[in-house]
Amino acid sequence: MDVQKENSMVKQKQMLAEHFMELSQVRETGKKVAYTFVPGNLTELIYAFDMLPVYPEINSLQSGMRQKSRDYIREAEEAGYSEDVCSYVKCDIGMMLQGNIGPTGQQLPPPDILLLSYTGCFVFMKWFENLKQFYPDAEIAMLHIPYQESGKIEAGAIEYVKQQLRNEVIPKFEKVSGKKFDADKLAEKMDLSASAEDLLVEVFDSARHKPSPIDAYFGGVYYIGPIFTAFRGSESCVEYYRELLNEVNYRVEKKLGPITPDGILENERFRLVVEGPPNWTHFRNFWQIFYEMGAVFVGSTYTRVGGIYDEGFRHSSQDPLRSMAEYCMGCYTNRNLPQRIDLLETFITRYHADGFLVNSIKSCNSFSAGQLVMMRELEERLEIPVGFIETDLVDPRYYSYSNIKNRLDSFFQMLDQRRPVKSAG
Amino acid sequence: MDYPAFKQFDYSQSIAFARGLVDDLNFSYVSRWKKANPSARVIGFLPIYIPREIIHAAGMLPVGLFGAGDRIPVVRGDAFFQSYICHLPRTVVELLLNGNLDEFDGFIFPSICDVIRNMSGIFMLQSKNRYIRYLDFPQNFDEQIGGVFYRSELERLMEDLQKLNNSGIDTQRLNISIDLYNKNRKLLKHLQDFRAAHPHKMSAVDYYLIRRAGNIMSVEDFNDLLESLLESVKNVEADEEDKIRVVVTGSFCEQPPLGLIKTIENAGCYIVDDDFQLGLGWMKKDTPSDTSDPVNALVQAYLQDSIRSSAVYDSENEKGDQLAEKVKHLNADGVIFCAPSFCDPALLDRPHLERAMDRHHIRHFSFQYHENLGQFHVIKEQAGTFADMIKLWE
Repeated sequence: MDVQKENSMVKQKQMLAEHFMELSQVRETGKKVAYTFVPGNLTELIYAFDMLPVYPEINSLQSGMRQKSRDYIREAEEAGYSEDVCSYVKCDIGMMLQGNIGPTGQQLPPPDILLLSYTGCFVFMKWFENLKQFYPDAEIAMLHIPYQESGKIEAGAIEYVKQQLRNEVIPKFEKVSGKKFDADKLAEKMDLSASAEDLLVEVFDSARHKPSPIDAYFGGVYYIGPIFTAFRGSESCVEYYRELLNEVNYRVEKKLGPITPDGILENERFRLVVEGPPNWTHFRNFWQIFYEMGAVFVGSTYTRVGGIYDEGFRHSSQDPLRSMAEYCMGCYTNRNLPQRIDLLETFITRYHADGFLVNSIKSCNSFSAGQLVMMRELEERLEIPVGFIETDLVDPRYYSYSNIKNRLDSFFQMLDQRRPVKSAG
Repeated sequence: MDYPAFKQFDYSQSIAFARGLVDDLNFSYVSRWKKANPSARVIGFLPIYIPREIIHAAGMLPVGLFGAGDRIPVVRGDAFFQSYICHLPRTVVELLLNGNLDEFDGFIFPSICDVIRNMSGIFMLQSKNRYIRYLDFPQNFDEQIGGVFYRSELERLMEDLQKLNNSGIDTQRLNISIDLYNKNRKLLKHLQDFRAAHPHKMSAVDYYLIRRAGNIMSVEDFNDLLESLLESVKNVEADEEDKIRVVVTGSFCEQPPLGLIKTIENAGCYIVDDDFQLGLGWMKKDTPSDTSDPVNALVQAYLQDSIRSSAVYDSENEKGDQLAEKVKHLNADGVIFCAPSFCDPALLDRPHLERAMDRHHIRHFSFQYHENLGQFHVIKEQAGTFADMIKLWE
């Protein structure tokens, strides 16, 4: 079964390599390129126009993992970007200033269109305003996604997003791609997305088993999530998740823990739910702190920034524009704080978590502002041990191993101390 | 209100009154207003802009909450925000938890950044019996798209306020409110023009205090105060000093401490324009006040006549050229980019604004601050050097 486990990973590697190869060949193929963001991404629509998506956040995190982000950030800061602002933005701008070499070492093509899906993060807007300065010839389409301030999606907001899709985004896609909008093609992709979403939910939901067969945070961003964002709406995406689910089901059957960089986690001691993005510059080192302690993440919110499917939402071919509007507005950081707390409570209870951890990211106010209140609220509601650490996305200056380790050691001690009290009760 | 007649105030009295309001973290003006209007509600709002006309037409008092600067020790506020989040939310939460905002019946959080947005959620959790509203402004400026959405947002706001105040907002009342705010912007524009022409007659601190107080007072009182000030300021006797003229930009939300504003002027720079209280002048033109559909008038004003700030989508980055135009129009010598630490909108705009200034051959320099900054020595050196450089070499 080791081979079977590797199947999804091999497939992921192949899919990503082919994607970046395609991107590197757009001059020859004439394919058009859309830069866009993970939250509120319109992958189905991009593929319906036969364009290729580029996700600057993903490039930044890849740069962080490849130890390139320090230089890129320095480059951007020298160009006037403050140390205080989002390191994803600076890393992306720095990478562009140094030749736009992507994760595979190939140069990324410039955008034909900047699809600014302004979903749950204000910085996205500023980011693409800045990129537009560097790519003056690129078309730019703004898709403003209203926040769920009232705790629900308002009717006026759905209509607003649909109108923007119909009158702003699609006409610009038609102009850039030179192709007419094909509703049937989009509908087909929406159906494929829904199939992949069913499988994705099953993968994430497997964390209810003990031991959990997945790590919903590190594994979540490493091999569960990426394919979903970049390839949703394709047959190969469905195949990937079918493969992955088979592997997960095998691990459930055999009571195996998740795969870590050092092999299968054999002794699950702590089940955790985490709020906030991971650190990318020290990804393996960061993950190692947890798996060496036998800690596994059974739920995470970062894996929901690209969409929440746990509650039943699926992309739908019935009314694709409405469906895309609902998808965008439902993304995690587009939800108000009480909604976010409720979702975390669901994760903690459904997946029988022993503790709740916040990884507070210096760069990301969209996530970070309010996390301390969320933490206290969950502690009060659920009487669960909570932990708090601070890192950054891709700025290595904000990763302090000893600080993080000290805090986590205390957190794990607290979890250990709680255990007998709980069982005695 | 039973305040002394503003129209009889001389210049010093106007400034002293404004300073009293700004310094008063107990918002006693608000308490007195509530006593005079016992059934009416008070709505606090965060920077930058909200359509105050609607609050006013609902018989309510809109009050701007711009933090507490260095006038309050942050004890509990720090437990709500990590060290890398700007300072304004800390003092606002501190005021909330200390009971300084007890007279407020609701709070509106305009969509300007992630921190103010998430703060609406913090208030929902901390202040469960009060009206909390995050107000989304359209980033699409097409009348049939963003306009329709904005109207639905405003109508929802009006419904909420009417329930809260148990009183209706009719066409006539809304038109009256629009008219009062038109008058207010006109008076502010007169004051701005006067000050740009005679910066030595009214210090930047005094000018700031008047506008900041205007975000606390009722529009009727503020208009009276401005009318008297526009008369009294003409009588101020002061000699013009050999200072350069600068535009300060980037401080539209978290406010610089008074000491910082004073430091810039003392270092040899007359601040002839700034965005400290940007929301007061959000509309460039009068909003029609004689229509049968005043909500539509407000919507159209937002779409067509509002200024471009860092919180508003601007793909063509017209802000740079607009800033350059302003510098030329005001005959300013340079620009000071003065943004709060950790302010994403201001700091992410700064590089291309700086490039625009370079393109237009306009001198500039930049620094960051936070609202409770206590040391101004470095800024004084920077501003002084900037002023000397321009005076000596340009």
